[in-house]
This record gives sequence, structure tokens and C-alpha cells, in this order.
Amino acid sequence: MNRWRAALQELKKYPTAVAGLLLIAFLLGLSAYAVIAIPYRQALELWRGGEHWQAHPRNAAPAWTNLFRRRKLPPTVRLDSVDNGLAEQDELAGLRRQRITLPFTFNYFDFPSEINLFLETEFTRKTPLLSIRWQTPDGRQIDLGAYRPLRRQRLSLSQDRELAARLGHPGHIGLMTGSAESEHPTVLRGDYQVVLEILHFEPGSQLRADFIVYGRVHGLAGTDHQRRDLLVALLWGTPIALLFGLAAALGTTLTTLVIATAGVWYGGRIDAAIQRITEVNMILPLLPVLVMVGTLYSRSLWLMLAVVVAFGLFSAGVKMYRAMLLPVRRAPFVEAAQAYGAGSRRIIFRYMIPRVLPVLVPAFVTLIPTFVFLEASLAVLGLGDPLLPTWGKILNDAQQQSALYNQHYYWVLTPAAMLMLTGLGFALLGFAMDRIFNPRLRSD
Amino acid sequence: MNDIPPSASSAAARHNLRRLAIYTFVRLAGLLITVAVGVYITIFIAHGGGQLDQLRQAQIQAEVSERIAGMEEFRDYTPAERNQLIRDEVQREIERLRLDQPFVYRSLDYLSRAMTLNLGRAEQMFSDAGSRRVYHIIGERLPATLLLFGTANLLVFFIALFAALALSRRYGGKLDRTIIGLAPLSAAPGWFYGIFLILLFAFVIPWFPAGGMVAAPPPEGRLAYALSVVRHMALPVAAMLVSSIFISIYSWRTFFLIYSSEDYVEMARAKGLSSGDIERRYILRPTLPPIITSFALMLIGLWGGAIILEQVFNWPGLGTMLFAAIGHLDTPVIIGGVVIYAYLLAATLFVLDILYAVLDPRVKLQN
Repeated sequence: MNRWRAALQELKKYPTAVAGLLLIAFLLGLSAYAVIAIPYRQALELWRGGEHWQAHPRNAAPAWTNLFRRRKLPPTVRLDSVDNGLAEQDELAGLRRQRITLPFTFNYFDFPSEINLFLETEFTRKTPLLSIRWQTPDGRQIDLGAYRPLRRQRLSLSQDRELAARLGHPGHIGLMTGSAESEHPTVLRGDYQVVLEILHFEPGSQLRADFIVYGRVHGLAGTDHQRRDLLVALLWGTPIALLFGLAAALGTTLTTLVIATAGVWYGGRIDAAIQRITEVNMILPLLPVLVMVGTLYSRSLWLMLAVVVAFGLFSAGVKMYRAMLLPVRRAPFVEAAQAYGAGSRRIIFRYMIPRVLPVLVPAFVTLIPTFVFLEASLAVLGLGDPLLPTWGKILNDAQQQSALYNQHYYWVLTPAAMLMLTGLGFALLGFAMDRIFNPRLRSD
Repeated sequence: MNDIPPSASSAAARHNLRRLAIYTFVRLAGLLITVAVGVYITIFIAHGGGQLDQLRQAQIQAEVSERIAGMEEFRDYTPAERNQLIRDEVQREIERLRLDQPFVYRSLDYLSRAMTLNLGRAEQMFSDAGSRRVYHIIGERLPATLLLFGTANLLVFFIALFAALALSRRYGGKLDRTIIGLAPLSAAPGWFYGIFLILLFAFVIPWFPAGGMVAAPPPEGRLAYALSVVRHMALPVAAMLVSSIFISIYSWRTFFLIYSSEDYVEMARAKGLSSGDIERRYILRPTLPPIITSFALMLIGLWGGAIILEQVFNWPGLGTMLFAAIGHLDTPVIIGGVVIYAYLLAATLFVLDILYAVLDPRVKLQN
């Protein structure tokens, strides 16, 4: 154990190793936070998409990107008729007239990305009648029509064809501009109002409106084309990537080591067989085989892990370890162990493997990011686990939606940054360890 | 070597050539067997879900129906008669191909087909020329892949070799430390840097095209065409260079450092040989075999990453084909792709093995 502690002391002398350790600690912390803050089931549920996200804008950049912009992008404005509305009521011959005014100020140079009105109506027999009016800062009144809303209804002002035809632009542009005739309308900044006039036909009927002017920035990580908050996948991608990388690296390194040691110890036919299997295995292209398994069987991450480990059993490492173990096989301490009657298994596990283990630790550490990237690669190919939110899947979505072409750079850059941090963390540590455990490479 | 008499030298050359020929033949045979075993494993995996059998039967059905529909003498048959005829013919074909026999026999049939690249017909995909045969689809894509990866890997090999040699001379210097400090960049595969390069040099500063192999429409004239291809290759090649060159320089520099502290190098220095001679004959020569080995291992890894790199750059090679095949769930093409990759890996290993034998005179045949 002392040897390991000494190695750790030694590591502290390398700034790159400390940086690597800090990065890994950060990723571990992030994983712990992800798992605690968003329980597994909830994360899967959220990532499936759908109604959870209806109040989020599509393809919004992270909010902090505004810090670097001269022209700030608008955030989302959300007005609830209960909390933010000014309501007036008067009664009139069994009818109840209600007017809800939703005021908001818009001081940005870019148009919002969408405008929706979500309605929740409670009534027993007769639907209330709703008419909507839009008031611009320059005092124009735009009639948005009358509705008999269903119990739950979404009125999409951006997708209203009739409105778009009337304004000359889709709702979220036409309603927010003073120059609708122009081909390139500009935002009319100032105080807007949405006025909902409701005619209730029953004493108990209720209408609740949730008015959302979708912005172009959202949260820490932004959103994707399905309005999902990328933060969910960025956070949950961390434990999944680390687990996959660690499990695959551990599974392949240890088994390969045991196999190589057994080959060296028993020699003869067993050794020859192991060598031949390794040569066959080197020919098998891992990624295409994974692609085949993913297409023909299942895309589950755990199946992929199993295949990776199975194909890693006889990896090229066997050859490398063999070269290292051959001198150990003939070392006097192995002979001594044999002389006192130690069995093959004892010699393999207690004498030979511990001897080469320190040399393998750096290789093991640098192997982890390889598998993290392998998982991302599969996801980028569209063979990611169908349920799990991972970094690779964000990249795959971004690729499919031509994120770079549409200038949604954040969509590619944030998951890429996470992958890079993971890769760098383990690589920095591994390279420093390589110098410590393999003294031949020590540079001083 | 110069003081050996000419006759002895030619005899030695002939001996060397013979040794190399035998070595080549044995390695080739060994690799073919290896590929066969690898392809057999692939078939075994693909067969696991019973997919392969269904595929073959569906293909036979399609072929038979097509053939019978095209024959003059059956034109007057009623639909019922014709269907009966098709059923009989399919049955005969299944028996002829031994599809009704146990998997062991059938798998050998599949194996011989796959090994001879008789890969069947694609379910959905076409080659650009309009053929449905997997062989043609692959044949159209292979040159693009070989061009891109051949170029990139040769560049990596030679740049890394000379950079490593140069750095081992300036061991401990600022440049040496910088390059070595960049080695962890190799933790990420080429496609990953590809995304950044596309972002930077195709969208933010539009110097290079974001993807594809030639401009559309392809330019007239050979030179213009070649230039267009080179422009399209720049970013993917750069991505592969960034991801694999620093680690190669790092590890090969280590080899050079180890070998340059050997006693015989000290001896050569003491004799007063020029540093160029020492580098070429005393350091480079013995270091090349391990460098070739490490390069081979790296290449094997790169072939896998090729699929995604091509997909990211929309390069019309095997990788994009495999990706499209996943999209269409076109199993024959996927299996064909795996087989081709196995062949490519084997070919890579074979070329490097021969190089190894040429470079390392100690390589002997173990019976």
C-alpha cells in the first residue's frame, strides 16, 4: 500500500496530474449532483420529451451567452392570468364578463421565437366565450379573434395561418413589429398588453390563461428542437459516460491481463491458442460489429458494454502484457513460489499480476476516455441507448437538425466541452502517471 | 555492407528475397484464415436473431419471382399456376442452397459467399450507378475511404516520425515540452475535432467546405476536380492529424530516446560519426520495427473511427454507407460493411507485416 501512497505523493508534483485529478473530481461531483437532483426515472421521463417542456422555447441558446452579445437575445416571458393578470369583473343578466389584462415589456432587438397561449377552462355545461385583443406600444389594437376554448387548449399565435396572412408575417413577428409592411420588419420595443375578454355563462365557470412569449435564450444549457432543457442530458450524461468508460476499461483491462498471464504461465498450447484468438480479434472491427449488434439486436447501453468487454477480452493488450510478463515468468521469486508448492492460480494472481499492475494503471486511466468517446460515437451514429440522456445523443440530435448550419453552436459546443473535459481529465492524469510508474520515461 | 563481394551480395539478396516471399506467403495465408474466422464470428452474430435466414429466403423469393415474371413461356399461366410455380422453384432453390439444413452447414455457405464478397442484394439502398448489389455499393464507396484514410495516415506517419526525431534531438526544450503537453489531445477521436473544425473553418470563417468530396456540380477538367477534392479533404485530414499526431510523436519520441541512450550509439558518437549518420543508421533503423507495430495498432483503432469521421464530414465512403445502412436497417449492406472492414484491417496488418519483415532482419519464420 505504501507504494501507492508514495505514487500519490509523487503525482502532486505534476501540475498536469493535479489538473487531471481536479477535472475528474469535478466530473464525479457533477455525477453525484445529477443523480441526486434528478432521480433516474425522472431523468428518463424528462428526456422522453412531450408536455413537460411546453413552456420552454425551441432551440434557445444558454442564457449566459447574452453576456458575450452586444445585442441581447430575449428570454422567455411567461404570464399567468392568476398571478400576473389584472382582472376586472362585472355581472350582467346572468352573464359574467371578465377582462384579464396581461401586460409585458419587450425591450429586445430580436423577435421572440414563438407566442403561445395555454387555456384551462372549467365549466359544467356551457363553454365561456373568449375574445383576445393585442395592444402594441404605439397604441394599435389587433383583434386576435374569438374562441370557445376546450377544457385544455393551446392557441398558437405563431402558427395561426389566418393571423399570419392578416399581418403579413407569422404571429410572433407580425404582432411585435411596427413595420409589418417591410420585408425585414424590426421589433417595436415597449409595453405590450394582451387583453382577454371572457364571457362566462355559468356562475362557477373559470378560465385560466398561461401566456408565453418564448425567448431565444434559456437556462444554463439552452434547449433543443423538442424544447427539452439540455441541462438534463448534460448532467445525466456525466454519470453514464463515467460509468460506461470505467466499466469498459476495467472489464477489458483486467480480463485481458488475466488471460495474458494465464497464457504466459501455462505456455505451450494454451499460450498459442490465446495468441491466435488475439490475432483474429484484432481483425474484427469493433465499431462496425457494435453497429451490427445495435441494428440487429438492441441498442441498450448495457448490451453494448457487454459486447465491448467481450471483444476486449483478447484485445491487442494481450500481446503487450505478454511481452511484459515473459521475464516475470522466469523471475526467481516465481520459481521460489513454485518450489514451496504454490498452485497455478496463486502464482498467476498473487505473484505475476501484481508485478505488472503498476505499469498498467496509467494505460488503464488513459483507456477510460476511449470508451467514453466510443459511447458518444455510437450515439452520434444514431445507435445510442434509446432511453438514456447522454452527451452523444445531444450531438446526434444537433447533427440531425443541422445545428451548425442553423448557427445553434451551443448545441454542439456544450456536449463537446463535457466530452473534452472527461477526455482531458483522464488523459492528463494518465500521462503523468505514465511518467511516475514507468521510470524509463521520467523526464528528469 | 559495401565491402561484401558482389556475388555474395546478390546471393544474400536472393536469399533475402526468398525469405521475404515465404514470409509474405505464410502471413497472407495466416491472415486469410484469420479473416475467415473473423467473418464467421460476424455471421454467427448476425445469425443470432435468425435475421440472416429470413433475408436469404426473402431474396430467393424476390429473385425467383423476377425470373419467372421475365420468362416468355410462363406468360399464359394463371396467377394461381404461376404462384405454384414460384413456390416450387423457391423450394428447389432452398434445397439447392441447403437452407433446410442445420446452421453448421449453412453458415459455411454464408462464409464462402462473404469471403468471396458475394454479399447479396441490398434491401433498400442503391449504388449511385443504380445497382442493388452490395458488392457494387461497396465498390463505389471504397476508393473514397481509401483516399481519405490513406492520405491522412501517411501524413500522420511521416510527420510524426520526423517530428519525433527532431524533438528527441531537442529533448527537454520548449518545443519538446509544448508538443508533449499536447499529447492528451489524442484522448478524443478525429470526428470530435472534426466538429470543431467544421464549426471554425466552414461556418465561422468559411474557408473550407463543411462536407462532401467534391463541389456540386463537380468542376470540369481533371485538375479542377482534383483541387476540389483536396479542398474537401483538408478538414477531415486535419481532424485526423490533430487527434492522432501528438500521441504518436509522444510515444515515438520515447522510443528514440530509449534507443539513443544505447551503448552502441554512444560508441558511434565516440567514433566521431556525423549525427545524421547516427540518427539514420543507429537510431532510426532499430526503432522502426516497434514504431511500425505501434502505428499498426493505431491504424486498427482509426479504421473504426473512420465511420463517424466520414459521417460528420459527409464523406461518401464506407462509413457514410454503413451509417445510411443503419438508417435503412439494410442488413445485407451492414454485414457487407463489417466484412469489408475486416478485410481492410487484415490488409493494413499485412502491409505493415511486410514492412516489418523488410525492416527487421531478425524476423524469422517459426516453421
